[in-house]
Amino acid sequence: MLVLSVLAIPLLSAVILAFLGQKPWAYLLNAGLTFLTFIDSLFLAKKVLESGPVLALKETFYVDSFNIFLISLTAFVGLTTAIFSGPYMKIEEKKGKITPKILRLYHSAYQIFLFTMLLALSSNNLGILWVAIEGATLATVLLVSLYRTRASIEAAWKYFILCGVGISQALFGTILLYFAAEKILGSGGGALLWTHLFQIRFELEPTVLKIAFVFLLVGYGTKVGLAPLHNWLPDAHAEGPTPISAVLSGLLLNVALYALVRCKVLVDGALHSNLASEMMMGFGLLTMVVAVFSMLRRKDVKRLFAYSSIEHMGIATFAFGMGGPLATFAALLHMTVHSLTKSSIFFSVGHAAQINQTQQMSEIRGLIRKVPRLGWGLMLGSFAILGMPPFGVFASEFIVLTVAMKQAPWTTPILLLCLAVAFGVIFFRVGNMVLGEGVRMALPYPPALFPVFLHLALVLVLGLFIPPFLAHWYQSAARFIG
Amino acid sequence: MLPAHDSPFGVEMVNLLGAFILLVAFAMLASRRTLSLIRLFAFQGFFLSMSIFLVAFLSGESNLYYSAFFTLVLKVILLPWILRDLSQRLKIGGDIETLVNVPVTMIIGIGVVVFSFSLAEPILKAASTVTRSLIGVGLACVLLSFLVMITRKKAMTQIIGFLSMENGLLFSATNATYGMPMVVELAIALDVLIGAIIFGIFFFQIRETFESLDLKYFEKLKEDEE
Amino acid sequence: MTQTSTVPHQWIADLLFKGLGELFQTASVIFFAPIFLGWVNLCRSCLQSRRPAGILQPYRDLLKLLRKEVVLATGASPLFRITPYIVFGSMGLAAALVPAVTTDLPFGPAADAIALVGIFSLARIFMALSAMDIGTPFGDMGARREMMIAFLAEPATMMVLFTASLISRSTSLSTIAETLGGRHFTLYPSLVFATTSFFLIILAENSRLPIDNPSTHLELTMIHEAMLLEYSGRHLALMEWGSSIKLLLYFSILISFFLPWGISHESSFGGLLSGFAFLVLKLFILGTLLAILESTLAKLRLFRAPEFLAAAYLLAVIAFLSHFILEV
Repeated sequence: MLVLSVLAIPLLSAVILAFLGQKPWAYLLNAGLTFLTFIDSLFLAKKVLESGPVLALKETFYVDSFNIFLISLTAFVGLTTAIFSGPYMKIEEKKGKITPKILRLYHSAYQIFLFTMLLALSSNNLGILWVAIEGATLATVLLVSLYRTRASIEAAWKYFILCGVGISQALFGTILLYFAAEKILGSGGGALLWTHLFQIRFELEPTVLKIAFVFLLVGYGTKVGLAPLHNWLPDAHAEGPTPISAVLSGLLLNVALYALVRCKVLVDGALHSNLASEMMMGFGLLTMVVAVFSMLRRKDVKRLFAYSSIEHMGIATFAFGMGGPLATFAALLHMTVHSLTKSSIFFSVGHAAQINQTQQMSEIRGLIRKVPRLGWGLMLGSFAILGMPPFGVFASEFIVLTVAMKQAPWTTPILLLCLAVAFGVIFFRVGNMVLGEGVRMALPYPPALFPVFLHLALVLVLGLFIPPFLAHWYQSAARFIG
Repeated sequence: MLPAHDSPFGVEMVNLLGAFILLVAFAMLASRRTLSLIRLFAFQGFFLSMSIFLVAFLSGESNLYYSAFFTLVLKVILLPWILRDLSQRLKIGGDIETLVNVPVTMIIGIGVVVFSFSLAEPILKAASTVTRSLIGVGLACVLLSFLVMITRKKAMTQIIGFLSMENGLLFSATNATYGMPMVVELAIALDVLIGAIIFGIFFFQIRETFESLDLKYFEKLKEDEE
Repeated sequence: MTQTSTVPHQWIADLLFKGLGELFQTASVIFFAPIFLGWVNLCRSCLQSRRPAGILQPYRDLLKLLRKEVVLATGASPLFRITPYIVFGSMGLAAALVPAVTTDLPFGPAADAIALVGIFSLARIFMALSAMDIGTPFGDMGARREMMIAFLAEPATMMVLFTASLISRSTSLSTIAETLGGRHFTLYPSLVFATTSFFLIILAENSRLPIDNPSTHLELTMIHEAMLLEYSGRHLALMEWGSSIKLLLYFSILISFFLPWGISHESSFGGLLSGFAFLVLKLFILGTLLAILESTLAKLRLFRAPEFLAAAYLLAVIAFLSHFILEV
């Protein structure tokens, strides 16, 4: 029942926030309700940690060591983003970029978005998983076009069409999966339930699963931001409001990758070959290369970090592709730290853009002088995302590199090159933005910068030492993903 | 030659309907007017719902009757009606689109069909449904709708492509496995409906901001930052 | 064939009867072809609220032309003069091959579906060459356009014929008609597509609307008529007659492949008669259909003709593919 309540809170919140209207304190309510979700998810995590995987509502929902940490992470980043978005949106409103009416849509759709992601994560049914991910697209598409500017509408349209097309391929893959499973499990709901599929994964028809995986990879891969269908991602990130960029990068990409990994486990079982692994490795590498070299010429700060998200998703996909407990562990860790770091960066970047009235990097200068806390936040966040030693990203990237050296040595130079280029570009750009002359400035409302530092602190902790319960979590998840 | 079943005529009929669906997909690829595209979409939905109905009858899966009914309501009546209403309100019904060379598109389309038939070949060997040979047709429809979306420059036509892609998927699901579980099918139908509504909202937003539904004005982000 | 040696007179009688059947079919196609054209024209007139000229009008035209003297253009080579005979001759030959009334044709094995396409091409090439022979710009233009249409239509025709022969596992026209006509009623999606495609091909190959308008001499748009401009007298009569035979033959192919019910399978008197009756009935319906179609269609611009034929080709390819995917 705990699972249901985790899902019910955001859904109810969406309704409440939609009916409540344009109250000035709606943002507080938004944060408060998300806080409830987060607390609830912690209880769920505790339960799973203590008594193993949970099945609920006639096996419709399934929470195990793999998705519970993503559920908690989603709820947590959802919470901090809600806290951050309060002042941020108020400033936007003051600047006249949005109206209270739109704010109401924003709050409501935000909760629906959380709901769809939690549904995708906790669902045991692969069909529902697909529906929830499509639902997440639908919920965010109007959020991306929130400012109603030409660029934002165009970005939202691109997002909608590309993801719609991509996700349709995933549905075809799901149909094929069902088709293969149905012959063993019989028709009816059972053949799409992941727990059942997992048990019979060695008996599934290999040829069908092979084709199914190609479709699933293309489909969910679009959503993960894998090249060559990554085009929607920078646009949606750059033109949408910053809190949405933060949750898209920090959460949605993770959820899509989660879906892909769930399917990969089944395909690996059926195939007796490394096809799925090799394809994921290949796409991961390609994505990294494409993303890193696209970074070079970016001038828009949010776009730069959007490409960085693509790069990191490439790393995680690559790591999942390599497989084995160590690489999978690294991939899971990387998903966590990337999600925390990237959302914190977007928080800082959002306010930085507000202060400078532009997202063009060339016009943002001396952030540390202007708003010291913000400047430091952005700088530390960038250090973290670049994989500087004390932070968690370093740990995960380091493990990925070591495993790659052992399992696929030829990929190491490519990985190193990508990391180096990304390092150079971001280091140089961020340096120019945070350093330099500037006069102290203030935002109309005090920004909520506490989430920025909270995230970074967590990433730091994860880099220095992983708490035993978390390590145990990751390991048990990594074990069964293989 | 034909899969053994009590009613070969029924199976032939389903095959024929599948062929019609494919034909409509091609007609969509070639049609220039928004309104005729909407009409074709309705036709496709009709053939689809007929074929689901027939498959339901042949296989005795009662779930599929609901599915056929939903398809009929959603894809033949509701969505075409919404689309037509929208295009009348936005005055784009008679829009004529200049397409990239139709014969070339057609030949690419044929390539797509060959590709999907050959891709479906190993799948249908493993299938047990009477209508398994239509999996390839379903896949071809999905990819052809994809082609429609790529080659079009108008918002409305891209949407119709998107929706007809959903038709192709449903068709594949029906013929490969006698339909997905009911919950999933319902949820997918809901998604499609919400999607269509959001499209509608979008049209107005695009119209308001760009004063046209022609996506050729969507060029700003293409060469970002140059 | 075993009893042929034992009862020679029966064998001779059999052959004679078959020959008679062949003769009957060829003669009826050749002689009744103008009636079919007359019927189509009659329907068109009625649909367009004009006073019809009567179903026998094509005969009257032919007779008039046959009586007139031949005027040859200066510089006309022998090619120009022999072309009408070649065109008419190939159509006559084709009439002996296409199973219209009966499938029991002794000439049948002489040429299969592919050769038939070749025979039609032969006639067309001579027509185009003779149109160019005179050197008038119209003839030249018509010839070039005709060749463009033909070159686009030919692959489609081949695909349709391949589809039909894949189903019947033979390229012989008679065998195709027999297999398709003799089978238990089955719906072949491929045949549905092939029929549609072939119908489009008929329109294009026979210079009907929407590719060409057979009833005008509008210089900018004409194709077929442009090639015949320099012909007169009996030459023109033969050419016109030839094209009416061609139209009938194309419809006969359509009928024998896709609506083959009722066609006679043996050369008995009753069989021939009933085959003939069925043929007339089906032509009657198809002719009406053609007239209706032509009255509702507008002529396509010449540059849209490739699209029209691409559609035909596409349908033919889908037919071909759906045979493999849906029927094997």
